[in-house]
Amino acid sequence: MDIVIVGHVDHGKSTVIGRLLADTGSLPEGKLEQVRENCERNSKPFEYAFLIDALKDEQSQGITIDSARVFFKSSKRDYIIIDAPGHIEFLKNMVSGAARAEAALLVIDAEEGVRENSKRHGYMLSMLGVKQIAVIVNKMDLVGYDEKTYNTIVSQYTKFLKEIDIVPRLFVPVSGINGDNITSGINAMKWYSGKSVLDALDDFTVEKDDANKPFRMPVQDVYKFTRFGDSRRIVAGTIQTGSFSVGDEIMFYPSGKKSRVKSIEGFNMDELQGQSAPYPVGFTLEEQIYITRGEIAVKAREKSPGVSSRIRVSLFWLGKSPMVKQKSYFLKLGSTRVQVRLEQIHRVIDASDLSYNNKKESVDRHDVAECTLKCSKALAFDPVEDNTFTSRFVIVDEYEISGGGIIQQKLDDSQAWVRDKVYVRDYKWEKSLIPAERRAERYTQKSSLILISGRKNKGKKSIARSLEKKLFDDGRVVYFLGIGNILYGIDADIKGEKGKDERSEHIRRLAEVAHIMMEAGVILIVTAVELMQ
Amino acid sequence: MDHLDRLENIGIHILREAYASFKNLCMLWSIGKDSTVLLWLARKAFFGHVPFPLVHIDTNFKIPEMITYRDRLAVDWKLTMVVGENRTALQNRETFPDGNVDRLTCCKKLKTEALVNTLNGSWKRYRLNHNTGSYEVDKNTEPYTGVIVGARADEEGSRSKERYFSPRDNRSEWDIGDQPPEFWNQFKTDFAPGTHVRVHPLLDWTELNIWEYIERENIPTVSLYYDHGDGKRYRSLGCGPCTNPIDSTSKNVRDIINELKSGRLKNIAERSGRAQDKDDGGGLETLRREGYM
Ligand SMILES: Nc1nc2c(ncn2[C@@H]2O[C@H](COP(=O)(O)OP(=O)(O)O)[C@@H](O)[C@H]2O)c(=O)[nH]1
Repeated sequence: MDIVIVGHVDHGKSTVIGRLLADTGSLPEGKLEQVRENCERNSKPFEYAFLIDALKDEQSQGITIDSARVFFKSSKRDYIIIDAPGHIEFLKNMVSGAARAEAALLVIDAEEGVRENSKRHGYMLSMLGVKQIAVIVNKMDLVGYDEKTYNTIVSQYTKFLKEIDIVPRLFVPVSGINGDNITSGINAMKWYSGKSVLDALDDFTVEKDDANKPFRMPVQDVYKFTRFGDSRRIVAGTIQTGSFSVGDEIMFYPSGKKSRVKSIEGFNMDELQGQSAPYPVGFTLEEQIYITRGEIAVKAREKSPGVSSRIRVSLFWLGKSPMVKQKSYFLKLGSTRVQVRLEQIHRVIDASDLSYNNKKESVDRHDVAECTLKCSKALAFDPVEDNTFTSRFVIVDEYEISGGGIIQQKLDDSQAWVRDKVYVRDYKWEKSLIPAERRAERYTQKSSLILISGRKNKGKKSIARSLEKKLFDDGRVVYFLGIGNILYGIDADIKGEKGKDERSEHIRRLAEVAHIMMEAGVILIVTAVELMQ
Repeated sequence: MDHLDRLENIGIHILREAYASFKNLCMLWSIGKDSTVLLWLARKAFFGHVPFPLVHIDTNFKIPEMITYRDRLAVDWKLTMVVGENRTALQNRETFPDGNVDRLTCCKKLKTEALVNTLNGSWKRYRLNHNTGSYEVDKNTEPYTGVIVGARADEEGSRSKERYFSPRDNRSEWDIGDQPPEFWNQFKTDFAPGTHVRVHPLLDWTELNIWEYIERENIPTVSLYYDHGDGKRYRSLGCGPCTNPIDSTSKNVRDIINELKSGRLKNIAERSGRAQDKDDGGGLETLRREGYM
């Protein structure tokens, strides 16, 4: 199990780790004594931090530690403690470590009490989705093992955690130096009869319910490796949550396309009829639909994800230069990567006291903020309350991952109305029994849309007419759709109205007619004054 | 889901991300157990195919059996095999076995320099022609922008500071103090012109995991890893003159797994048979910063 250890500097992270190693018998023989002697010889006090450093230096001598991870075993299971080294880069390393962790130990110095980073780290853990937290109140020896001091810290910190929706698993009063309550057995505090740190670790559970949530699989790629005569067209990705089986009806978002799973593909494995999170998979589809990397595959009968280009988010910023409105960034979520701008900063939260600042014009390094983001095109996601995996994104500034966040809410964008209509249309569409390829074979042509655009009175229509005639004479099935044919018929109810909505509706209807004619296998020619959408 | 599934899942996911993100992607194949497991993972990720070239840096001093094995698998698995070397140093005999330079300089020339210049395309690359069975000068000289490597964090100190996707600057140098953050399965796939990214799908694997996986998947390995009766086997493979076998009677994969589990090798570094490691007091960090694997 992966555990991350966090806390204000000098509150005793290394000491707790060192003690855990020593008390679980995970240290190489004689190592502790050797470091102690070394300290004596150099007349400096022994520190567990030295032990950790010494292990790091010689880690080729058996595997107990490397620069960011400590390995040890309890009688129940194997642990990796992710330690986030580096003072300046601490938060960057901590985020990388905590995002992989299933649980966290948060260390607070009993004498110093709750400090700024005790709170900031707690806040970061909650944003990163680490839900199992044990709080270690360390250095109890320095406060005379006083129960009152301990209780004050417990109630102070519990109150803070409550405001950020964290319920800690437990608090443990500890002396790292003397070993109280690191493992059970040593405890100078008669008033405490709860668990030791090691027992708390053993009590953490490995979360397993991801496979029971709705099916979500970001499409990493659609493979067709034809070089050696392989004709499979395989949709590949890693299942984030849920499960699916051969025969399931699958929808892809944001495109809204639909098909059925024909087979599950693999290499050097038994044939599969179904698969669930967190496995990587590949499957083929009954009907060949055009989809690409960036879509999310879901099951048609389960709740569909949100689709929009505007989102309300909580984000944290790690970048050296602040996040500002004037600049364009990239947002990566699942396998999508879209351009994004900061539309509005609602408020910047000081993670250490939860106070707000709603006047700020930028999100600075180590800030946590609530913002609205505007993407260059629509993406599919879930709000965090529905699914943490498909609500998480990172922001890339220049070439660096500079921030991360979670989507709180889907906001409407200007395309919402047409997108929803298209989804319904696609869903209800009555699929022909004649596949598109067979029509193309018969007509010896690929159905296409030719759009001739340019300024007014530049002869678009005459070009369109000659092209139609030429293609027809060449034996193609072709049709020029004059705008008059639409205006006085299909558009009769809205003709002559001048608003922006009417214009959008004209275009939508034209696009729908084009869609039908293309489905019929025709080459369609259209003219347009200017391209709006 | 057992621990091998978990490691395999992450590895496959990373390989697919890398394939989608880098136009000029390659995988380094040293013929050793780690990069061969990596190659196998690629076949799993891409359903039996390996859709990018495998690059091998040939020092010309590799144990001959390694090269035979390389070319056999390249043919059997239809691999796009690309080989690079330091021709000048070899012609001028600036090598340790020729007695003209020390071990580390030899490594630097035959491995690091050959690697950097093969990756950036400034030295000749040789590609296996599957019709003729021989290596021909590769017409493609574009620099590789994504390089998949089989490094493991547990193997050696400096490697543990890597991320899954670690940037390298235009001289293949590595800024250890400033690693990108990496979370939620989002990796550094954006990079400035002239730089490239090293991808490490096996970062979380241990030596034991590698052998357990070789056993589970039945992956073919070079027989140098096994004892053939003289009580010796190689634990890590490299150049003949600088690699020594260890004392061990493990005759097959199962024996090696049992040997590793028994703790018998616990206090012996995996690369202890690699003489160049010992010549450099501070470990391999210097070499690695310059691009060595
Ligand atoms: N008295 C006392 N000192 C402690 C205890 N735990 C840690 N310390 C001291 O606090 C200092 C910082 O501890 P360290 O583990 O290095 O903190 P880190 O920065 O969180 O890793 C060191 O001087 C430790 O010896 C404890 O339980 N009691």
